[in-house]
Amino acid sequence: MAKMSLEELRKLRDEQKKSLSHRDVENKEIQIIVGMGTCGIAAGAKETLNAFIEELDENELKTVKVTQTGCMGLCYVEPTVEVVMPDMPDVIYGKVDPETAQKIVRKHIMGKSLVNDHVFDRPAADIVDTGANGGAK
Amino acid sequence: MGVYNHYILVCGGTGCESAKSDQIYKNLIHECDKQEVHEKTQVVKTGCFGFCEQGPIVKVLPEESFYVHVEPDDAKEIVSEHIVKGREVNRLLYDKTESKKRAQIDEMDFYQKQFRVVLRNCGVIDPENINEYIARDGYVALEKVLFEMSRDDVIEELKKSGLRGRGGAGFPTWMKWNFTKKVENPEKYVVCNADEGDPGAYMDRSTLEGDPHSILEAMTIAGYTVGASYGYIYIRAEYPLAINRLKIAMEQAREYGLLGDNILGSGFSFDIEIRLGAGAFVCGEETALLRSIEGERGMPTPRPPFPATSGVFGKPTVINNVETWANVPVIMMKGGDWFAKIGTEDSKGTKVFALTGKIRNSGLVEVPMGTTLREIVFDIGGGIANGREFKAVQTGGPSGGVITKDYLDTPIDFIHLKELGSIMGSGGMIVMDEDDCMVDVSKFYLGFTVDESCGKCAPCRVGGRTLYNILDRITKGEGQMDDIEKIKTVGLAMQKASLCGLGQTAPNPVISTLTYFSDEYKAHIKDQRCPAGSCKALISYHILADKCIGCGVCARRCPVNAIEGEIRQLHTIDQDLCIKCGECQVACKFDAVYVR
Repeated sequence: MAKMSLEELRKLRDEQKKSLSHRDVENKEIQIIVGMGTCGIAAGAKETLNAFIEELDENELKTVKVTQTGCMGLCYVEPTVEVVMPDMPDVIYGKVDPETAQKIVRKHIMGKSLVNDHVFDRPAADIVDTGANGGAK
Repeated sequence: MGVYNHYILVCGGTGCESAKSDQIYKNLIHECDKQEVHEKTQVVKTGCFGFCEQGPIVKVLPEESFYVHVEPDDAKEIVSEHIVKGREVNRLLYDKTESKKRAQIDEMDFYQKQFRVVLRNCGVIDPENINEYIARDGYVALEKVLFEMSRDDVIEELKKSGLRGRGGAGFPTWMKWNFTKKVENPEKYVVCNADEGDPGAYMDRSTLEGDPHSILEAMTIAGYTVGASYGYIYIRAEYPLAINRLKIAMEQAREYGLLGDNILGSGFSFDIEIRLGAGAFVCGEETALLRSIEGERGMPTPRPPFPATSGVFGKPTVINNVETWANVPVIMMKGGDWFAKIGTEDSKGTKVFALTGKIRNSGLVEVPMGTTLREIVFDIGGGIANGREFKAVQTGGPSGGVITKDYLDTPIDFIHLKELGSIMGSGGMIVMDEDDCMVDVSKFYLGFTVDESCGKCAPCRVGGRTLYNILDRITKGEGQMDDIEKIKTVGLAMQKASLCGLGQTAPNPVISTLTYFSDEYKAHIKDQRCPAGSCKALISYHILADKCIGCGVCARRCPVNAIEGEIRQLHTIDQDLCIKCGECQVACKFDAVYVR
């Protein structure tokens, strides 16, 4: 890159900030947990995970953290995804393909309404009690 | 622009690199490729995380999994388990006990009491990538200074911040800058003192390795403020990693127009050159350092004139230590008032300490000024290793002194350390336990300063040697009672008459231990006894008759065949042959070997 002017530096900083903010783990109060057990991966959980990351980036949602976990036990509806966020009940979605992932981001996270036809369960009581952060670990 | 599912941060500090973290980094990249997750995983080599005791360290985001003692072969498992399947590699986690709750870094004791200003980017960004520094508000301060602040504004902000030099003496930074600014001279210089030489200290090295751009940015700000257009970074050649990262940083900054002619189109030009030192301790003394930059022999010159008026090549020069520089961009960005809220009345901001010695968690810690020694040693450092008893902490290296158990609750800042007869120094903190002999420790430091004395002035050259000889004879049991008086007299002469800081402070370790541990000195002199059991000439190894089962392990281990005895019979040590290496004591499983 050639020498920069003040404006160019500021523009570069904004871009880079956005990129680095993906690495930030603070202030992420919404959590999407993708089940990546063998069953999940076989059913396409990797594509689902990638779809989430891309969709979040497209909508510039910076407070969402996408993590992975093992098998949630709902092997018959893999890939499964748990969504934990304030003002919404904790929900486990099943049969989440990339398209559904997109829907979850738009409807559940941005629109705060459930994607009804994919709701399969709520996390077990003991997990709900340990607080939002525990998830289905 | 990269969006990734996972970020793997690998520590690239010298400590972890020497434990093969570079290989871990390469293996991780290789494994990510092989297991086809490279497009969704970013592997970043960062600066020092500070938790060196547990290194090499690998942190995986967004799970914040904190992996410790990682080996190159673990890369495969980290990728296949964690990255591909989303299962943390439990055996490598720092906090293994609670597998359900992740070991979150903020909750770890080691990091809980720390407050990171200087080390803000260490372990967070890739030091070899200017974009990551920029993303973390890098060069915002430079922008602000060049386009919104006058030179007086900068001095005013520094004054408000209360920043004092972190190299040892604690001179107010704004005054240094102001002196240089006021001198009328078309040619001025800015110098970064990166000649870190205290035994056990490595905070400057880690700052340079982990966040080189912060130093470049700060020096450029100083250049603008005092009216200098050229700077030198004086760094010892035995810091190759830091030098390499500085070079990369300088190239990138020049390419971006953040260093060189007409920075950001402001009309201000500034460039920096690296000067390598050969590792002489005295070159950390500012006047000796300046001579070394000029190509002369590194020897101090009398002050005044101070470098502020007559520094490199006789021109007005601002010279600050690495850690001082690292604070500057933050102060300019967040304001002097913000900075002044951290710390104590006397000392503002934070201080980085290199915690070493007999401590459980050795590493790099940054705490607000005024944190007590107890918090640093016991809360952050995890207390003394191997269940031994705390004896003292040595601060300030060869120029400092010891702080004992009775003063553990003293807030650490410039004034309190001075009252205790020690100094802040550059930030080395060596923890000692009951097995450390204070006379021997003093002898070690005196030996260091005698080696490192440049020999220019007699008080340091002769006085240091005299003190060393006295200490040497005390540790051999040949001391006399009037030796203590002699130490005090010679020490005072050195403090008053030496040319530079090296000689003036060289007696400090002796004077300080003499103040707090005079009994130990007396035991050596009067009773020919070393209470800590460490001075070889004064101790002897023996075998307890009622504990020895005659297994013969000690005899086999003894390198000089000084132990004799029939199998299943009591063994004995021949004192004439024994070299007091202590191997027998380590070897004995029945605690039958003891020191007298």
